[in-house]
Amino acid sequence: MGFENILLGFQIAVTPFNLFVAVVGIMLGTIIGVLPGLGGANGVAILLPLTFTMPPTSAIILLTSLYWGALFGGAITSVLFNIPGEPWSVATTFDGYPMARQGQGGQALTAAFTSSFIGALFSIVLITFFAPLLAEIALRFGPPEFFAIQLLTFSSFIGLGGGDPLKSLASIVLGFILAAVGLDIVTGQLRMTFGFVDLMKGFDFIVAVIGLFGIGEILLSVEEGLSFKGTATGMNLRVVLDTWKILPRYARTFARGAFIGFWMGFKPGGATPASFMSYAFAKRFSKHPERFGKGEIEGVVAPETAAHAAGVAAMLPMITLGIPGSPTAAVMLGGLIIWGLQPGPLLFTEKPDFVWGLIASMYTGNFIGVLMVLAFVPFFAAILRIPFAILTPLIVVICAIGSYAVHNSMIDIWYMLIFGVVGYVFKKLDYPLAPLVLALVLGDLAENALRQSLIMSQGSLAIFVSRPIAGVITAVAIFFFVLPVVTPWWRRLRATAPRAG
Amino acid sequence: MRAADLATAVVLMALGGLVIFDAVRLGYDWGSDGPKSGFFPFWLAVAMVVACGLIVLQALRQRTDKPFVSRAQLRPVLSVLLPATAMVLVTEMVGLYVAAAIYIAFYMRWVGRHGWLPIAALALGIPIVTFVIFERWFLVPMPKGPLEAWLGF
Repeated sequence: MGFENILLGFQIAVTPFNLFVAVVGIMLGTIIGVLPGLGGANGVAILLPLTFTMPPTSAIILLTSLYWGALFGGAITSVLFNIPGEPWSVATTFDGYPMARQGQGGQALTAAFTSSFIGALFSIVLITFFAPLLAEIALRFGPPEFFAIQLLTFSSFIGLGGGDPLKSLASIVLGFILAAVGLDIVTGQLRMTFGFVDLMKGFDFIVAVIGLFGIGEILLSVEEGLSFKGTATGMNLRVVLDTWKILPRYARTFARGAFIGFWMGFKPGGATPASFMSYAFAKRFSKHPERFGKGEIEGVVAPETAAHAAGVAAMLPMITLGIPGSPTAAVMLGGLIIWGLQPGPLLFTEKPDFVWGLIASMYTGNFIGVLMVLAFVPFFAAILRIPFAILTPLIVVICAIGSYAVHNSMIDIWYMLIFGVVGYVFKKLDYPLAPLVLALVLGDLAENALRQSLIMSQGSLAIFVSRPIAGVITAVAIFFFVLPVVTPWWRRLRATAPRAG
Repeated sequence: MRAADLATAVVLMALGGLVIFDAVRLGYDWGSDGPKSGFFPFWLAVAMVVACGLIVLQALRQRTDKPFVSRAQLRPVLSVLLPATAMVLVTEMVGLYVAAAIYIAFYMRWVGRHGWLPIAALALGIPIVTFVIFERWFLVPMPKGPLEAWLGF
C-alpha cells in the first residue's frame, strides 16, 4: 500500500489507449445513463462481450468508465426531464427538476456534476488508503447487521420523510410485496402468482421506476397543463464558475453526503438509500427545510454526492473481497472471471498492475468524466427545446424500449403502463413513490437477511438488538419509526406544560 | 379527493388480504429449516392492512371538496394514456418500430398539429435511429413484426 503502487497504477491508466478507452466508456455511459431503463448494470452487461479480446486492465477501465458515465448521465435526465435514469438519481429530481423549471438548469447540472465528482473523489481516496482496513470491518457484518441497516433506511423515510407516515409505510410495504412476487429462491415455491405464468418472473424495479416516474410524471405534467417547456438552461462557463463559487457554502452537506455514500455504498444496494438518506439529512439540518423540493441547490448536492460516493464505494468489496456492492459491480465481477482473473484479496498481491491500474483509472475516469459532461451539457440541454408533442411520444417509446430491454418481455411494457397509472394516482394522493421503488429493489436482499438472521437465532428477534453493531442500528431505526407517533404527544406535552406550571 | 383516497386505501387493503391468503397457503410460521415462504409476505400484508385501515379512518375524518381530477384535467391525461395503451397493443401485433412510427405520427398530428413533413421525418427517423442503436450497436432485440421480417431482420 505504498506510494509506488498508485504510481504504478497511474503509469497504466494514463497510457493513450487506456485514456481513449475511458473517454469512449464515459461517452457511451452518459448516453446509457440518459436513456431510462438502459442503466449502468444493463449497459455494462451489454458491452461485456466486446471486452473479451481486450487486455483485462483496459477492459475493466472501459466498464468502470461506462459506469461513471451512467452515474453522470442519470443526473442529466433527473434535472432536465424529471425522469431518473437510475434509482439512485430519484432524489436528485426533487430539487433538480424544479430548478430547471425555474431556468436554473445550468446551476443544477453544475452542482450535480461537481457533487458527483467530489463524492466519487472522496470514495476513491478512501479506497486507495483504507481499502484493506474497511474491508475487514465489512467482513464482520452478518445478516442481522445488514437487515438492521435496511430497517434504518426505511425507518428514515417514515421518521424523516416529512409526508404522511401511514402512506409512507403503505408504499414501503407495497414495494416489498411486489418484490416477493414470483419464485422464492430459498424454498423454490411460487409466491403470489395465483396460477399466472407471467407473474412467475416477478416485478423488475427498472420497469417500476420507468412506469412510476417516467409515465406517471408525464401524466401529471400534462394534467397540470405544463408542457416540457424549452426553458433555456443557460449553461455556459460563467454559470459553471458562478455555481462553483456558491458550492463551498455547502461543505458540510458535501462531507455528510460523501460519508453517508461511502458508508452505505460498500454494502449491496447502498447507492439508492444513501442518496435518499443524504437528502433527508440535508433537509433535516437545513436552516430552510421548507425550500427543499422547490428548487434548493443543496437538495441537488446532497443526493448526488452520496450517490456517486456510494457508486464508487460499491467497487471496494468487489476488488478487495470479491463481493459485489451493486448490480453493476456484480456484472463486472463476472467480467473478471471471464478475463481469467480470480476476484478476491489475492488480486492485490498477484495482479497489482490490474488492481492499481483500476484504482488509478478511477481518478482519471472521474476527472475526464466531469469535464466531459460539463462541456457537453449544452448539447443535452437542446433536448428541452423539442416541442412537447414530439417529446411525449418519444419519451413513451423510449420508456417502452427500456422496459422491454430488461427481460425481453412484452409483459414488462404492460407493467410499465400500469405502474404509470399507479404512479399518477399515488403522487396525487401523497403516497411517496421513492420508498416503494427502494423496497422493490432491496426486497429480496432484505428478506434473505431477515431469514438468515432468524435461522442464526432460531427464530428469536432478539438477534437484532443483542449484537452490538446491529443493536445500535436497530435502536436508531426504531427511534425513527416511532418518531411520527411520539412527535404529536411531545408537542402537546410541551404546549400544556407551561399552562400546568 | 376523499373518495379516491378511500378507494385507493381499500384496494391496497384488499391486496393485503390477498397476500395474507396466499401466505397462509404457503405457511407463515417456522419450517424445518427456517421461516417458511409465506413468513415475510404475511407480516408485510398485515402491516399493509393495518396501515390502510388507519388511512381509511384518517380519510373519513377529513373533508375536502376538491375533486381528485377535474374534467378539464382528465382530457389531457387520457390523451397521453389512451394512445400509449394503443401503441402497446399495436406493438403486440406489428412490433415496436412500426407501432412507434404510427404512434409518433398520430400524436404529433393530433396533439401537436405539426406539418406533415416534420411528422414524416420524425415518425420514420426515430424508429430507424432506435433500430440502429438497439438492434445493431447494443444488440438489444425489440419486438418485431411482419415488416422487419420482410426486410430480412
